[in-house]
Amino acid sequence: MADYKPNEMMTIAAARALRNNDVCFVGIGMPSAASNLARLTHAPDITLIYESGTIATRPDVLPLSIGDGELCETALTTTTVIEMFRYWLQGGRMTVGFLGGAQIDRFANLNTTVVGDYHKPKVRLPGGGGAPEIASACGEIFIIMNQSPRAFAKKLDFVTSMGHGEGGDHRVRLGLKTKGPTKLITDLCVFEPDPVSKEMTVASIHPGVTRDEIAAQTGWPVRFAATLTETPKPTANELAVLRDLHARTARAHSTAA
Amino acid sequence: MPRFLSLAEAVEDCVRDGDTVAMEGFTHLIPYAAGHEVIRQQRRRLTLIKMTPDLLYDQLIGIGCAEKLVFSWGGNPGVGSLHRLRDAVENGWPHALAIEEHSHAAMANAYEAGAAGLPCAIFRGYIGVDLPKVNPRIKHITCPFTGEQLAAVPAHRPDVAIVHALKADRDGNVLLEGIVGVQKEVVLASKRSIVTVEEIVDDFGPRSFNAVILPGWTVGAIVKVPGGAYPSYAQGYYKRDNAFYISWDKIARERETFLAWMKANVMEQGPEVFAKQVQRARAA
Repeated sequence: MADYKPNEMMTIAAARALRNNDVCFVGIGMPSAASNLARLTHAPDITLIYESGTIATRPDVLPLSIGDGELCETALTTTTVIEMFRYWLQGGRMTVGFLGGAQIDRFANLNTTVVGDYHKPKVRLPGGGGAPEIASACGEIFIIMNQSPRAFAKKLDFVTSMGHGEGGDHRVRLGLKTKGPTKLITDLCVFEPDPVSKEMTVASIHPGVTRDEIAAQTGWPVRFAATLTETPKPTANELAVLRDLHARTARAHSTAA
Repeated sequence: MPRFLSLAEAVEDCVRDGDTVAMEGFTHLIPYAAGHEVIRQQRRRLTLIKMTPDLLYDQLIGIGCAEKLVFSWGGNPGVGSLHRLRDAVENGWPHALAIEEHSHAAMANAYEAGAAGLPCAIFRGYIGVDLPKVNPRIKHITCPFTGEQLAAVPAHRPDVAIVHALKADRDGNVLLEGIVGVQKEVVLASKRSIVTVEEIVDDFGPRSFNAVILPGWTVGAIVKVPGGAYPSYAQGYYKRDNAFYISWDKIARERETFLAWMKANVMEQGPEVFAKQVQRARAA
């Protein structure tokens, strides 16, 4: 019986991927939790940037929206949205972009737009927001998502943001110089792209998780790296900091002020 | 110099049936009070532009004001779906809604191009993705100097911009601080504009030399509406009511609960309710 939840393992594994000198473009939700956990543990000097224009923000609680006042009040500076997208993102100043998604395929392309036909959707999802350009302009991309056969889909109904496209050198053929998705962190394991095919391949399995469980929660025939490792368990400190952050956040969002 | 009007007068004068209207605010400073006045005055067939439609456009769409939505991220931030937007797109309720969908980068660039008096915006975007296949207004252009393929979208040139800001002075200059979003660009890009403000002051007082200020002669109408961005927020005045954003999910999920909420909280109210809502949220 583990003393932590799969979700906590996921957020902690995602946080560990970030480095102290990263400049990280942060998506809302799980990417934001992981990025701030990194800042509060091993990466105190990381620069976190949200698309609302806040640069080097250090929120005490996780924002509910991408533009909570907390982000602005604790930021080094806040730019206009046009400046954020033109100078900072398009200008190539982000070392890493951190994204979530509704659906992902084996080349880490993401769909957050529609389920079904675009013009007659079964489910209309929120859409791409900043993701299409985050995915192409950041030095590399980390993705954090809960695994399920529906979310890890054999084929996407819509490509909202590009991962490795059709695989292989597809990004290079489109003129992209950035790496694209280099890590996909889930509640079961961590995927990394195969060096040649660029198919997302299981590189590290979280403690207590089996290969069969991962295969059952993946909508394509999942591949495992030749040198599989086990993800180190959460440390007491990582767990304490994460739980404290979530508790502060829940208190802050249950009331206005 | 802009005209100082009541909210009813400003909307009556500036917003017409069939107009293209942009009520902006990137999470911060969303002009809820003005949007509710548009709903009360029953404007119809509007083309609504906004990067993040937020609850305000969920309300305008659900009540039947909108014919078309131009947007880049249509969710309830951190919560989930905009159920009225989804009902319109998936089921055509209360009537069909045309959509023109972009990325944030494209929308921000399109506002800037509008403010700059350019016909289109050019940027490096939409690489390897499907939106250009379903939105014929996304095109590509070749850089004449390097040969690089770049994305191009038409400039936003709304008939009316509606934004909330912090302060206006007696000459109608408008001060913005905090997450300023695209507020300045959308006012400059639009033919007409309404700016609601928390307060009107004799003088802005000490401020940064680089403060974001819209000179009075760039603004159409100014309306004082304290709390006018609630449940969004006004930096330094009141915080975003995240608890309300969470509760909207339940209100908007069903048509009946949505309509009942709109009747009690929009149709039967006026702009004065916003200051009270801010006080109530503060006390909660």
